[in-house]
Amino acid sequence: MNELNGYFRRKQFSRLMLVLCGIATAVVILVLIFILGYTLVNGISYLSLDFITQPSKPVGEVGGGMRDDIYGTFILVGLASIIALPVGLMAGIFLAEFAGPKAASAIRFAADILAGVPSIIVGVFAYAILVRPMHTYSALSAGVALAIIMIPVVARTAEESLRLVPNSQREAALALGISRWRITLGVIVPGAVTGIVTGIMLAVARIAGETAPLIFTALGSAFGVQGLAEPIGALPLQIYRYALSPYSDWQQQAWAAAFLLIILVLGINISVRLVSSRRQK
Amino acid sequence: MINNMLGQTVRIEAADPKHDGDKTTSKYALTVEDLNAWYGNLMVIQNISMGIGAQRITALIGPSGCGKSTFIRCLNRMHEVSEGGRVTGRVFMDGQDIYAPQVDPVSIRRRIGMVFQRASVFPTMSIFGNVASGISLTRFWSRRRDLKDVVERSLRKAALWEEVKDKLDQPGASLSGGQQQRLCIARAIAIEPEIILMDEPCSALDPISTLRIEELMLELKKDYTVVIVTHNMQQAARVSAWTGFMLLGQLIEYAPTKEVFTVPKDKRTEDYITGRFG
Repeated sequence: MNELNGYFRRKQFSRLMLVLCGIATAVVILVLIFILGYTLVNGISYLSLDFITQPSKPVGEVGGGMRDDIYGTFILVGLASIIALPVGLMAGIFLAEFAGPKAASAIRFAADILAGVPSIIVGVFAYAILVRPMHTYSALSAGVALAIIMIPVVARTAEESLRLVPNSQREAALALGISRWRITLGVIVPGAVTGIVTGIMLAVARIAGETAPLIFTALGSAFGVQGLAEPIGALPLQIYRYALSPYSDWQQQAWAAAFLLIILVLGINISVRLVSSRRQK
Repeated sequence: MINNMLGQTVRIEAADPKHDGDKTTSKYALTVEDLNAWYGNLMVIQNISMGIGAQRITALIGPSGCGKSTFIRCLNRMHEVSEGGRVTGRVFMDGQDIYAPQVDPVSIRRRIGMVFQRASVFPTMSIFGNVASGISLTRFWSRRRDLKDVVERSLRKAALWEEVKDKLDQPGASLSGGQQQRLCIARAIAIEPEIILMDEPCSALDPISTLRIEELMLELKKDYTVVIVTHNMQQAARVSAWTGFMLLGQLIEYAPTKEVFTVPKDKRTEDYITGRFG
């Protein structure tokens, strides 16, 4: 009898835990749906062709868009990629193919710490080493700040993908009398390219939404994109600015911009899915 | 027949090549002297000396873990690539010690090709690209037109041309296991080595594919020196002219194949080939 009771209790407990897990999962999905839905409902009314093709207008004037900030975001992501891709990829190749086990684990540890540094601290750092000496906020300093965030992500994902290429490939190529660097570029990197591309796109999605480092570096610009050594606007920066402003017109624009940013990041994530599912075929 | 041609004198030299005055003799493609190899602190090859006859098949047999794979990896300087791999001793090829400090291991591997247990086709390359890889990845630039002849010749030698000539641009990984192994042989031949080392080339293949590779080996020995490591004693008996029996990192017996399998000198060899252990 006792044994049967124990079984019954355990079965009840199992059912309870299963329901709790189900609720937790539902919360995860609901939060995403809520964020998407809320920004969509609030932002859709202002979203129009003008919004992405018109420059911003001063307070009080009707209309105006975020053309310059969208453009600015692309410039900043591009700048960061130009700096971070060569550094990150070469570091990843070094980690996976050339570093000794001790050096590799030390570098990997450092890269993981760098990836975990809060982005606002990266912003302050870029402010100290670039904005202050140059005596101006600039697109360049923002690009460097974003690149610092991007480098460890690119390096680590590149390393992981390269490590997935079986060692037998390296040995087979070595036995053909091919030099190490040609093996890396001709055999190993092509074998890992989908993983590397996935990592790059996830890193881009991550920095496209970064706001904190831009406050110290890009500042924002009311005069459009003027050059790399000048302040520049960006979507997340403008969302931050407009959402905190007292003008309802600007708040509306912030919602529309938020929706646009979500679509941008979501688009990158979906393309990553497509790329990596094609690899499995 | 080859056994008789080479005869007893060769065997004595082979057993003790140090007393062989002329190392450049054309009889040997490779002369190994006092070869030792380690993985970290673990000694896996102990003091092996042997001569490997040119243009014939030499087989190495022995139980798993006896060091036969490590040994042939020492012959084209692949052992030192493994983590903790270390080698001492000398291996002479045309009178030149391939372990001499001024020798570039990459140039040795171009003269001594290798085929592995698992067909290691490059999955990102086509059939054509796989065969040409040893050439295209050592040149700055190469046109397909220039590689075409080499690719066809290598595939013909590897007895694969008829099966793949209409689909050279398909991925190499689309072939069957036996075809992939022959593709690897074609790839090794394409760089025109003098010696081909085969590390259990048939152990992952079905009997028919195995037969094809064995026929191929007999064909290859007309142009190349072949060294094969095998678990399969029947295979060693079928294809090789000379057989070495290895145990615990040592070369126990090395003699014409017929002698090893009919009148082994060492008790341990006899125990192994009669199936008493291993």
